[in-house]
Amino acid sequence: MNINRRNFLKALGLTGVAVGAGKQLNAASVKKDSDKEFYGILYDSTRCAGCQGCEWECALQHGLPDPDIEDVPIVGEKRKTNENRRSVINVYDTSKGEVYVKNQCMHCNQPACASACLTQAMHKTEEGPVIWRDEKCMGCRYCMVSCPYDVPKFDYHSSNPDIQKCDMCWDRVKEGQLPACVEGCPADALTFGPRRELIAEARRRINENPDLYHDHIYGEHEAGGTGFLYLSPVPFEEIGFNTSIMNKPYPELTKGFLYSVPSIFVLWPAMLVGIQKATSGKNNQNDEDYE
Amino acid sequence: MSNPDIALTKEQGSKSTWKFLLGELKPRGKYFTPFNVISVPVIILGLVIIVIRFAKGLGAVTNLSQEVPWGLWIGFDVVTGVAFAGGAYVITFLVYILNMKKYQSIVRVTVLNGFLAYVFYAGALLLDLGKPWNVVNPIIGNSFGVSSVLFLVAWHFLLYMLAQLIEFSPAVAEWLGARRARKILAGMTIGAVIFGITLSTLHQSGLGALYLMAKEKIHPLWYSEFIPILFFVSSIFAGLSMVIFEGSISYKVFSSQISEKNHKSHHDIINGLAKICTITLYVYLFLQVLAFVHSKNWAYLNTRMGHWYLVEMIGFIIVPMVLFFYSYRKYNILLVKIASIITMLGVIINRLNVTVIGFKWDAAQHYYPSWKEIVVTLTVIFIEIWIFRWIINRMPVLRESPSWAKSH
Repeated sequence: MNINRRNFLKALGLTGVAVGAGKQLNAASVKKDSDKEFYGILYDSTRCAGCQGCEWECALQHGLPDPDIEDVPIVGEKRKTNENRRSVINVYDTSKGEVYVKNQCMHCNQPACASACLTQAMHKTEEGPVIWRDEKCMGCRYCMVSCPYDVPKFDYHSSNPDIQKCDMCWDRVKEGQLPACVEGCPADALTFGPRRELIAEARRRINENPDLYHDHIYGEHEAGGTGFLYLSPVPFEEIGFNTSIMNKPYPELTKGFLYSVPSIFVLWPAMLVGIQKATSGKNNQNDEDYE
Repeated sequence: MSNPDIALTKEQGSKSTWKFLLGELKPRGKYFTPFNVISVPVIILGLVIIVIRFAKGLGAVTNLSQEVPWGLWIGFDVVTGVAFAGGAYVITFLVYILNMKKYQSIVRVTVLNGFLAYVFYAGALLLDLGKPWNVVNPIIGNSFGVSSVLFLVAWHFLLYMLAQLIEFSPAVAEWLGARRARKILAGMTIGAVIFGITLSTLHQSGLGALYLMAKEKIHPLWYSEFIPILFFVSSIFAGLSMVIFEGSISYKVFSSQISEKNHKSHHDIINGLAKICTITLYVYLFLQVLAFVHSKNWAYLNTRMGHWYLVEMIGFIIVPMVLFFYSYRKYNILLVKIASIITMLGVIINRLNVTVIGFKWDAAQHYYPSWKEIVVTLTVIFIEIWIFRWIINRMPVLRESPSWAKSH
């Protein structure tokens, strides 16, 4: 059966729809956030005494179970966040003695989790915190697959499971309050503020005390820049940081693929119609005529 | 599938529509076949496990962890299952776009297979979702995560299922005797085919693109920016091997339904598909070599994972490629079937290497599927085969269309 006018127009129409859908896809991935500045938190591990006060404040603030009193940081044992705790302190034996490190969501400038989320449940707010929204999430756990820091945690033992992760106390930040861990830190190891100012502050501390600090602000460039910034007395691989994290934003890894989608949606149907037209009629004489 | 609107125009004047449909629902054939004896207990057990899964959460039945959030149900059921369903877009491409009428007789069964594979294996996704009631969020509402590869894949699954339903719908209309509906539906075939091939290209590669952001988590031998293209090309021979494999079983089991003419042409079809498999396997091998050289992973070759990689490349790409080539030249149908089985194993191994085995390969705790995950996977496959058999026994899929449907 030769292609007729109607089929051709039909294919053409489909192409049009595809072009429209493709544009929308493109537009979203280059969407710029407004001119508001991202907030962040600077963690100075030279000041942290490992008291776990932040763990308690976090649990209290978010209605999570009280931390186990006997579960304290021990050298050689990596404590991890899970469905019941969003923030943990670990201790490492380094070339400059014991160093404490806080672990929680890094609040990337361009988070892999948010770009992975197909329902916008993971969301980078204009204020900077990356939040998770219960009513949108379908529990596919693609955020967990994508996050280079393995931050989002899933409650595997619930029939209505939530994703648990640090949200930088977004509810408090919106109302001008400090995140619970920052407010509760007795050692002043945590500083909350606009990310740009935090980087300036971190640089000032390094410059004033070059012997105390390792000359690197973790999070300034890692994963395209993160909201949580770290200062350390020793190189970061000594305190359990993943050194294979790349310096560009993770969503860029899928950009090439997503950008090719609209062009394939335009080219493929047109090409297929062309081939179909070119090949029809070749074998018609010895075959039954199927639709 | 049994749409009463279409059924209204059906022929059997003596019986009512509902009686006809009820009659068709009854099982046919022997009850105690080996397949039934094995599949029924597995299905019952699987359904019990599924109930437990929804009552107590995923942790009650799966070995998934915070480090490995996607296991067998995604890596095998969805990612591998959809690759095997690729035969539908390849065969419709051959028949409707390239006008190779030789493959006309296997279009319906392949499309039916593809459609059921999508319904069941993409459907298996629902079992894996923590909050399956929110599954409509990417489709309806204001929660479109358009920068997500998974968003693209989800939409494409949905649209492609519709396209395949349209491609298959003339068979349903012929079963119900709905002449007018058949004519309208058959007229939509070519549009659905073109749309379907485009969608397939994008979501077959999209399934690979899902893993692009897990850059540090997948073993370097299996991670490259080529994953989407590799997944797309391998879906061609994965799908065709499935067509060869499924076809050789169907032609035995449903032998009585197949006309003399189609029985004879079946060997020609298998041989033709072997040729296409040879070529696509060759392209795939070339791309794999390109990806390997590009990422400079020589150092990994002499490790445990490196040996496993070589097994995949040599044993499951080069060997079946040579077998397909040889059997095509010698017209050795048995050898084609053997090659297709090796190819299918290779595709399973490849998909599992990316999604499960190579994922967090360096972690202290490895993921192994629990027996419950395996039983549920088997349940999904068995139910699909049940439905497949039910349809084959009723609708003109393998057997010839009724005479009224041929002339138009």
